[in-house]
Amino acid sequence: MASRYIANTPAEQREMLTTVGAASIEDLLVKIPAKARLSRPLALPSALAESDLVRHMRALAARNADADRFVCFMGAGSYDHFVPSPIDHLISRGEFFTAYTPYQPEASQGTLRTIYEYQTMIAELTGMDVANASIYDGASSLAEAALMAHAVTERDEVVLARGVNPLYRRVVATYCDGPGIRLRDVPAPEGVLDLDAAGRLVTGKTAALVVQSPNFYGALEDVAAAAELAHAAGALLVVVSDPVNLGVLEAPGRLGADIVVGEGQGLGVPMSFGGPNLGVFAARAELVRRIPGRLVGATVDRDGARGFVLTLQTREQHIRRAKATSNICTNVALCALMATIYLSTLGKQGLRRVGELSAAKAHYAAERLTAIPGVSLRFAQPFFKEFVLRLPKPPTSVVARLARRRILPGVPLKTYDRALADSLLVAVTEQRTREEIDAYAGALAEVLK
Amino acid sequence: MASVPAELKYTKEHEWAKREGDRIRIGITAYAQEQLGDVVFVELPKVGAKVTAHQAFGVVESVKAVSDLFAPVSGEVVETNAELPQKPETVNKDPYGKGWMIVVKPSSAGEWDHLLSAEQYEKFVAEAAH
Repeated sequence: MASRYIANTPAEQREMLTTVGAASIEDLLVKIPAKARLSRPLALPSALAESDLVRHMRALAARNADADRFVCFMGAGSYDHFVPSPIDHLISRGEFFTAYTPYQPEASQGTLRTIYEYQTMIAELTGMDVANASIYDGASSLAEAALMAHAVTERDEVVLARGVNPLYRRVVATYCDGPGIRLRDVPAPEGVLDLDAAGRLVTGKTAALVVQSPNFYGALEDVAAAAELAHAAGALLVVVSDPVNLGVLEAPGRLGADIVVGEGQGLGVPMSFGGPNLGVFAARAELVRRIPGRLVGATVDRDGARGFVLTLQTREQHIRRAKATSNICTNVALCALMATIYLSTLGKQGLRRVGELSAAKAHYAAERLTAIPGVSLRFAQPFFKEFVLRLPKPPTSVVARLARRRILPGVPLKTYDRALADSLLVAVTEQRTREEIDAYAGALAEVLK
Repeated sequence: MASVPAELKYTKEHEWAKREGDRIRIGITAYAQEQLGDVVFVELPKVGAKVTAHQAFGVVESVKAVSDLFAPVSGEVVETNAELPQKPETVNKDPYGKGWMIVVKPSSAGEWDHLLSAEQYEKFVAEAAH
């Protein structure tokens, strides 16, 4: 069969086989045991015309539940915040449209400028001195923070609050396995960090105490108290923070954080079924030599004109090889650009409004939903835009039944924590209307009857 | 040729070592700082850290390069130059004086004897230059 889209003709195949001294492609596969090989052609349907293929793909895509056609109350790390239209228009420009970090950086002054602005905005939002050009996602940012704390303090333990996103905790465990960093979990029986338990676990061996605020359950942690506890033991405080909330909430840097990481998806990056995301990473100036990833700095050229460069590259792999501060030598340039445009479009007031609306609507939703008999808040803690409901019926079946009404009511917590098998994590962004929240409450009441 | 004080011992990685009673002060040679160019950053171990002869104990970074610092002898770090992180250029200005890096309490006496004399180091540098 002619390969329409693969430039690999029978003539070329023969030429390649002759070069390597094989008679046929079959010859290349003799080392694979017969029982591991398929003895018949793959059962694939025949080729489709382009128009038929587009129709087929559309039909498949329509089977997904997306936040355009469904009312989304799902969060747990990825949020349905509004994405203003200038973002798509600007990132589609040829000068910007690459997913990747610049590899001939100083030739791309415009790209470096946008990264520099991104870093500046993130540093301001988080209350830190310096932010990097971004990492893959919130989870890898946190894992890098754990490695960095280990390198800075030369200590081998990292203490993680249970309120840190469980998926992030798993990524941290993977990263820490190689260097032999031990992880300790602080329980959160009441939905927030147990400070007494944390006090016992944070010792002279602790490189960092990690808290997330608002945490995975939506609750606000006492970051200042955690900072005091960590610093008293000579450990760093790492705070996981969603920057879209920081128009309203106090910057972690002003509460004593040494490193602030987080998922920046809420800053104008579409949910896209879970990625690509935006790993935020910021730190105090004293730690700048240990920061992972790329850093853009402003400078002046020999004529005194302002320009931008990749700076402190001696930390990075291409120069320091095995002794680099991190394996990260890229950034998610396009997502960072989305965040930069998002923050520029909304401005200070706009970002504050997003936070205020999300929090107000979340509290309205919690009020409406807990008015339903049998439904209650799982934790009696102050929350921001997300909260945990305890349901009288299994959350997974409730989700399935509400999905039929085009409502995505939240994320069942059973997969993350067996003790929370009766619980549903509900997120409310500024996009949800009163009508949508009321409709959710009405539908839930019916399903639970 | 950069200066090579006769009273010091040297390594092939261009560190100098100076005996001070039962301790050894360590830095990099005038030749090393010349080759590196302007030093912009020095990373030193903490007091109490153990260093091993021929192994890296820190990092020196210049506008041109980044290099490991190698310990001339094994032992425990008892003092570090607290001024260097803020004023790394001291390494260029006064490599054998104020630009010192660490003081080590050696754990084995024999290693000292294996270090190069000023004469041997001068010869080594002269050969390396050709």
